[in-house]
Amino acid sequence: MKVLVPVKRVIDYNVKVRVKADGSGVDLANVKMSMNPFDEIAVEEAIRLKEAGQVDEIVAVSIGVKQAQETLRTALAMGADRAILVIAADDVHTDLEPLAVAKILAAVVAEETPGLVLCGKQAIDNDMNATGQMLSALLGWSQATFASEVEIEGDSAKVTREVDGGLQTISAKMPTVITVDLRLNEPRYASLPNIMKAKRKPLDEKTAADYGVDVSPRLEVLKTEEPAVRAAGMIVGSVDELVAKLKDAGAV
Amino acid sequence: MTRESMEYDVVIVGAGPAGLSAAIRLKQLDADLSVVVLEKGSEVGAHILSGAVLDPCGLDALLPNWREMGAPITVPVRKDNFYMLGEAGKVRIPNFVMPPIMSNHGAYIVSMGNVCRWMAEQAEALGVEIFPSMACSEFVFGDEGEVKGVVAGEFGLNADGTPSEAYEPGMELHGKYVFLSEGVRGSLSKRAIEIFDLAAESGVQKYGLGMKEIWEIDPAKHCEGTVTHTMGWPLGKNAGGGSFIYHLDNNQVYVGLVVHLNYKNPHLYPYMEFQRFKHHPMVADLLKGGKRVAYGARAITEGGWQSLPKTAFPGGALLGCSAGMVNVPRIKGNHNAMLSGKAAAEAAHQAITAGRSGDTLADYDTEVRSGPIGQDLKPVRNVKPLWSKWGLVTSLVVGGADMWCNTLFGTSPLNLKHGKSDAAATGKAADFKPIDYPKPDGTLSFDRLTNVSFSMTNHEESQPAHLKLINPDVPIAVNLPDYAEPAQRYCPAGVYEVVDEKFVINFQNCVHCKTCDIKDPSQNIVWTTPQGGDGPNYPNM
Repeated sequence: MKVLVPVKRVIDYNVKVRVKADGSGVDLANVKMSMNPFDEIAVEEAIRLKEAGQVDEIVAVSIGVKQAQETLRTALAMGADRAILVIAADDVHTDLEPLAVAKILAAVVAEETPGLVLCGKQAIDNDMNATGQMLSALLGWSQATFASEVEIEGDSAKVTREVDGGLQTISAKMPTVITVDLRLNEPRYASLPNIMKAKRKPLDEKTAADYGVDVSPRLEVLKTEEPAVRAAGMIVGSVDELVAKLKDAGAV
Repeated sequence: MTRESMEYDVVIVGAGPAGLSAAIRLKQLDADLSVVVLEKGSEVGAHILSGAVLDPCGLDALLPNWREMGAPITVPVRKDNFYMLGEAGKVRIPNFVMPPIMSNHGAYIVSMGNVCRWMAEQAEALGVEIFPSMACSEFVFGDEGEVKGVVAGEFGLNADGTPSEAYEPGMELHGKYVFLSEGVRGSLSKRAIEIFDLAAESGVQKYGLGMKEIWEIDPAKHCEGTVTHTMGWPLGKNAGGGSFIYHLDNNQVYVGLVVHLNYKNPHLYPYMEFQRFKHHPMVADLLKGGKRVAYGARAITEGGWQSLPKTAFPGGALLGCSAGMVNVPRIKGNHNAMLSGKAAAEAAHQAITAGRSGDTLADYDTEVRSGPIGQDLKPVRNVKPLWSKWGLVTSLVVGGADMWCNTLFGTSPLNLKHGKSDAAATGKAADFKPIDYPKPDGTLSFDRLTNVSFSMTNHEESQPAHLKLINPDVPIAVNLPDYAEPAQRYCPAGVYEVVDEKFVINFQNCVHCKTCDIKDPSQNIVWTTPQGGDGPNYPNM
């Protein structure tokens, strides 16, 4: 079976996100970017399925700016077999909408005919949590979201989902789209020898136009704002002092 | 656990201005040379911190067409101010009395991080292999004891040093020559200097600690291309040093303070001096209404000519500030870093062409001393020792006269030596008064941990602390009673704490500035590389 793993290049999770002075979005100039952490988990899961003999080929795909090539090289270094880069934007500040991404992915699926799509449940930049679900709808495939455990059993996938207040186990008919959650696995390090080897693995470059998908935005961003700064706390010496302070503040 | 190995012509440790210049020059000389650059930062530029006013002479020599190649070097210095600060006032030192070498005319205000990102693109286009997130943790030696290579990319150790399930042993990268371009107090460079006794004939190396913030300010107060340097307040007699304020583009300003690490009073708190500096009316007026965007810190070499160790050793060379090439009165070193990279590349190319490998590149050392780098450093050799010995005002007069003397006559009769090492210069706590620092106000000044979060620093928590104590008892048994454990204060990232008579190392905060390795009066802290990719993630520094 072939697995398709979509990966997104996002602002690195260590970076302190800063809104541009004009409020038009987040400043990404010379900011460290890396693979969306949920997508890393998806890549790791695909590799584990391959190591378990249930998958023969892992194809990583990224859609966005040319620099997403680096993200794909990381996936290849971790253990993906080949990669497809779909260039659909020039400006690093462009955030493609989930529907456009899902349509391109659906076209890639039509071409590659994988038996499974494994992706992150959401990207940490815009937190949309929509692409996997939209892709499943466009393909008419089953979906299993927020996976914390995945077992492939013949023509179905047994997936444990993290839901409010507990875990739910479902069986999804293959082919399926699985979106993965944080606790599914811990991704491996891309080792230096594997990073070197990854430079020689195939990486195909395509454009959105190759798939006939219009990626122009349907949503308009009105304003981007940083969260309000939290007022500083204080340490009180005793319960009496606490009560007095609360009374002063009119809280009790 | 066996390691894979790879053979290269030249292995370069560190993707800063020196290492990248060497890589570019090697490929210019011979496109068939195999060149690899290893960088511990998560990407090129992530660990680069510099003022910076760049003298483009290094780049002119390396990539003469850089202006047409889209280099992020676009803000020429238009206005050059030098002030002596008092607590509330300032005195401008007119440009005409300033020695000409201190002029910034023809220089550019840059983010060296971005310059390095751009240089890495140029290097990669020439076929250089660059691997970020790969820390070089140890040397590989050849049969004759020469440096044959390095080990890079070891990942996944548990806190106790044992391999975890995810352990990756890393890889040996062998080269005919290994260039160490780690910047100030590089961990492998320090080892090489010890092993090959490279500093036997030079004076002790001297250092400063530079702390820097990027601010986005009110456009009405922004004046692109303005460079301001100050001396005096707040450091006064407690320490040498000075500040810089550079107006780059996009309404951004670099604000920083450099504190010479030979200060005696162990109660001195360089970070708080920096925060206090921003409350000077001249600075406060500029920053009011603005926003601090990023913070970082890095040690600087200040020993100059007298402290320059031998720069070549069997199998390798020290480049840039791995050797120490900052011109202190000019407050610049990047140009020399680039020139050293170019010179090392030329020497290695010649040697490799002649069929040599693993020997000492003596031609490189000669070029450093007698070429443009030596010519830049030698005339200013007396400035720093004067400053250290006689304090600010006298040294300004005598140092200025000395620089004028060099300017006018090409030489000066003075040949001063540096005193003790910065660690040994630290005095006993009992002999000095504690300094009372004002509490940061959260608007202009910030507490240390809040600011560290603006360096985007991260370290995998499960690994062993990369800051090693030679003797774990020293901080509490010696440093605390004798020096009030100054690590609590000299570290600009709040790594070290004394809690309930216990010494705590919060290595996750470390911004890789190397100050602890330099300033610990007991010389008991050894900075080693954490896992690759860890450390700060500086944008636009």
